[in-house]
Amino acid sequence: MRQPLKPVTDEQLSNEGLELRDYGRVLLIACGALAREILALINANGWTHMDLQCLPAIYHNEPSKITPSVKAAIEKYQPEYADIFVVYADCGTGGQLKRLCDDMGVSMIAGPHCYSFYEGNTGFQAREELTCFYLTDFLVRQFDAFFWRPMGLDRHPQLLEMYFGNYTTLVYQAQTQDPLLEAKAQDCARRMGLAYEYRFTGYGDLAGTLDAVAVSHLG
Amino acid sequence: MSDQEDDIILSELNDEDLVAQMFDDLYDGLKEEVEEGVNLLLGRDWAPYRVLTEALVGGMTIVGHDFRDGILFVPEVLLAANAMKGGMAILKPLLIATGAPRVGKIVIGTVKGDIHDIGKNLVGMMMEGAGFEVVDLGINNSVDAYLEAIEREGPDILGMSALLTTTMPYMKVVIDTLIEKGMRDDYTVLVGGAPLNEEFGKAIGADAYCRDAAVAVETAKEFMARKHNRMAANA
Repeated sequence: MRQPLKPVTDEQLSNEGLELRDYGRVLLIACGALAREILALINANGWTHMDLQCLPAIYHNEPSKITPSVKAAIEKYQPEYADIFVVYADCGTGGQLKRLCDDMGVSMIAGPHCYSFYEGNTGFQAREELTCFYLTDFLVRQFDAFFWRPMGLDRHPQLLEMYFGNYTTLVYQAQTQDPLLEAKAQDCARRMGLAYEYRFTGYGDLAGTLDAVAVSHLG
Repeated sequence: MSDQEDDIILSELNDEDLVAQMFDDLYDGLKEEVEEGVNLLLGRDWAPYRVLTEALVGGMTIVGHDFRDGILFVPEVLLAANAMKGGMAILKPLLIATGAPRVGKIVIGTVKGDIHDIGKNLVGMMMEGAGFEVVDLGINNSVDAYLEAIEREGPDILGMSALLTTTMPYMKVVIDTLIEKGMRDDYTVLVGGAPLNEEFGKAIGADAYCRDAAVAVETAKEFMARKHNRMAANA
């Protein structure tokens, strides 16, 4: 089983990212929030030719950092790999990441954000849910670090209505079946004053997309 | 805040010190203190418009600069905005009653498919503070809602906001409809929201992209000045 050199914590994935590079032919440049899911797919499918470089997941909160960081990573690693695939959706970059990838001859996963591709882009779009707040496995684990504390809700609970007054439901899109995470997600909904909905998505479009990348570089 | 500051009695301060203290209270998001300060200044025969511009807008300008410079973050700005809102609630009826100067009129709303309104609300409040009449359409606005509002209200400016990559293209739908109906040149169109940028604003045919609430106010004022100059030149 391929693993990073040292065990990686969620805090490290949030702030530092992850590097799993033993020089396969393809490098995946991904959001740290997807690291565990991509590692699981790499190991389940025996993709020994796929390396992984994750950027800090906390860029979720500052999308303006995503495009320049991905650009720097592509420039740094492109000479070492036959191909690079970017495992970020648009993620609030307003189309800038797609333009960068097109300019640099690199492909990326389709969709507006991971909530969409986990559920399947087509199905997610069809739902047209305006008032749902989404959490994935990673974001449930990191709820306080990604939402509660940066939004100041630990210090100023009166801001809750200003932030989430227009939301109705917290949807937990589960990649794995984990009762502890489900209980935590339910508690997040309670703290936000939102209704709760559980949806098991598995890896959604992520699995098929990475499989296509892996297959295209076999042999 | 220190104990020493807690002991400050606003009513004992002279006007200059009171306004300085109100700047601090706005910065710290202390709504009740800001409301008290507004009432004190009004009680000292300050015109409502003067209280608004010198005490509230002056204080929020500092908040805006420190947000832009990375000294303050969103939670602190929201607390400050909430404090200013408290002061504005006292002043608004008085401003209307006293016929305070009006810089222009703006219809503002978040686009269809989008429920995010923090940025839009901040812009609306700062615009009001700068002397604009603001008609807030709220969230999730269709083309029809925008058109109906601008035909009804006759604003100088249309402001559109979006937080999502998936909803921001809707701004172009609204602008294209204005063009189709031959109404585009009647209004200045300003757009804003986290995933937007200047390039996007140009691409969809907006007059300007506004990075934050302070920039939105300055841009709106600039376009109003241009409009007045054009009108003066054509007179």
